Amino acid sequence: MQASVLTLCYLAGSISFILGLKMLSDPLRARKGNLIAGAGMCVAIAGTIFLYESDGTTLHNYPWIFAGLAIGSFIGYGAAKKVKMTAMPEMVSLFNGMGGACAALISLTEFDRVLNDTGTATAGHLLIILLGLVIGTVSFTGSVIAWGKLNGKVSDFTFRGQHVLNLAFLFLIIVGIGYMVVTSGERVNVVVFYGILCLSILYGIQFVMPIGGADMPVVISLLNSFTGVAAACGGFLYDNKVMLTGGILVGAAGTLLTILMCKAMNRSLKNVLIGSFGGGNAKPGLQKEQGNFKEISIQDTAVVMAYASKVMIVPGYGLAVAQAQHVCHELEKMLTDRGAQVSYAIHPVAGRMPGHMNVLLAEADVNYDKLLEMERANEEFPTTDVVLILGANDVVNPAAKTDSSSPIYGMPILDVEKAKMVIVNKRSMKPGYAGIENELFFQPGTSMLFGDAKTVLQQVVSEIKNL
Amino acid sequence: MQEVLNWIHTYQEMFYIVILMIFLGIEVIGRVPSVLHTPLMSGANAIHGVVIIGAIIVMGKAEPDDYLAIIPGFLAMILGAINVVGGFVVTDRMLEMFKKKKK
Repeated sequence: MQASVLTLCYLAGSISFILGLKMLSDPLRARKGNLIAGAGMCVAIAGTIFLYESDGTTLHNYPWIFAGLAIGSFIGYGAAKKVKMTAMPEMVSLFNGMGGACAALISLTEFDRVLNDTGTATAGHLLIILLGLVIGTVSFTGSVIAWGKLNGKVSDFTFRGQHVLNLAFLFLIIVGIGYMVVTSGERVNVVVFYGILCLSILYGIQFVMPIGGADMPVVISLLNSFTGVAAACGGFLYDNKVMLTGGILVGAAGTLLTILMCKAMNRSLKNVLIGSFGGGNAKPGLQKEQGNFKEISIQDTAVVMAYASKVMIVPGYGLAVAQAQHVCHELEKMLTDRGAQVSYAIHPVAGRMPGHMNVLLAEADVNYDKLLEMERANEEFPTTDVVLILGANDVVNPAAKTDSSSPIYGMPILDVEKAKMVIVNKRSMKPGYAGIENELFFQPGTSMLFGDAKTVLQQVVSEIKNL
Repeated sequence: MQEVLNWIHTYQEMFYIVILMIFLGIEVIGRVPSVLHTPLMSGANAIHGVVIIGAIIVMGKAEPDDYLAIIPGFLAMILGAINVVGGFVVTDRMLEMFKKKKK
């Protein structure tokens, strides 16, 4: 009886995950979808705690279980409520790492159990334990490095032969797994097992270390799908259908999302992982000498914007850092009231996560219809009077089209230079995340407006009010 | 070889689920507009927190004095709970903002 109720709980959980993911694809139902998946998760967790039986005995150690659940929920809830909109990508990365570590710990204890029991396990059982361990660990250390990189605590670190070393790590891990699986009839080899664990920790770090910040969204998405697969390994281990469905669903979806993101940058996944920015082969250059750039004052910017009839705003990470989304929306409303046609051009990889800009602007109540995707925005640029670029750089760099030696060559960009005038707001002339010069800034139609996006926009808004 | 075949045979329904879920995952995500990519990633992140069930099972099966299993299991419970609760709450916060301006 108990077992069949539990089966129903798991069935409900699995269906809720599928429904939740499906509803997340519709802006109107997305929130409900998230709640449904969350409710399904609660049912599955509660069912496991109270109804799970193995060999006729129910679970014990309830004080530990509830303490762990309470502590984790408290930390997770607090962190999720407190995090700023700009730090959202880091937060997701960190949560993802927690899931990976959880999967790895399960494999660890399961291995200990095998060791204390008989000392041997079947090949399939060992393979699943090892896969959960390796994938979970890589996901954990990789996510922590990605988190550190996004909030600036860890800087890019590359050295000659790094990729060869990474491949060597991976090779050794696979050899280790192969060895343990092949010798599964004998007593398990503890040294090899912990060797694999250490190598996985190193590999996770090394794997993310050389990848530049601009590619972090792709990496987080990939690690997200890794954790999904690691969770599915747990499902195999305990013959648990809800873990299996949830894990594989996320693994498949995450992989597809990763590929979609790579496509948006017109690069292959291999290219992102191996030929990373700042990695050996590409020499992001100062080969071209810097030309002269033109500065524009706040007053002039206000005048130009106030009398333009068609304005396009290109938001980037700078907008997120400065928390300028609200004042940006204010500017947009003000210009619209003056009769101008204002819209936002959203590059798929602007910011640090896909859809980062959409989330940010949604926070400031910007209307959906005003957000143009790249293709549509590019049709609009030739008839646009003023393009205002707020803290975006690589996504408007013409080198992506003209300079085949550039690391971002081939990435589709926003063709802002087709507009009559381009105003670029940046804090300084420093290159963007990909670490390359942007010749857009030196073109005759471009003016530079230096300063923090929020401060500058506030000044522009008050200037326009006074006009 | 025989052992591997036996293993696949024993777990055949699991393998069916894996294959079907791969296709389902791709189908479901394929239609997500790019505006929702961040919440989607975050939502998917929360869903793989289902791994916490594994942690509960580990904890519940361990002998009360087997600290070698209880301590990692307890840690796994905490981490899993952070993943689940944090993931769903963050996703909800993002989507809340989408909803607000729909009025």
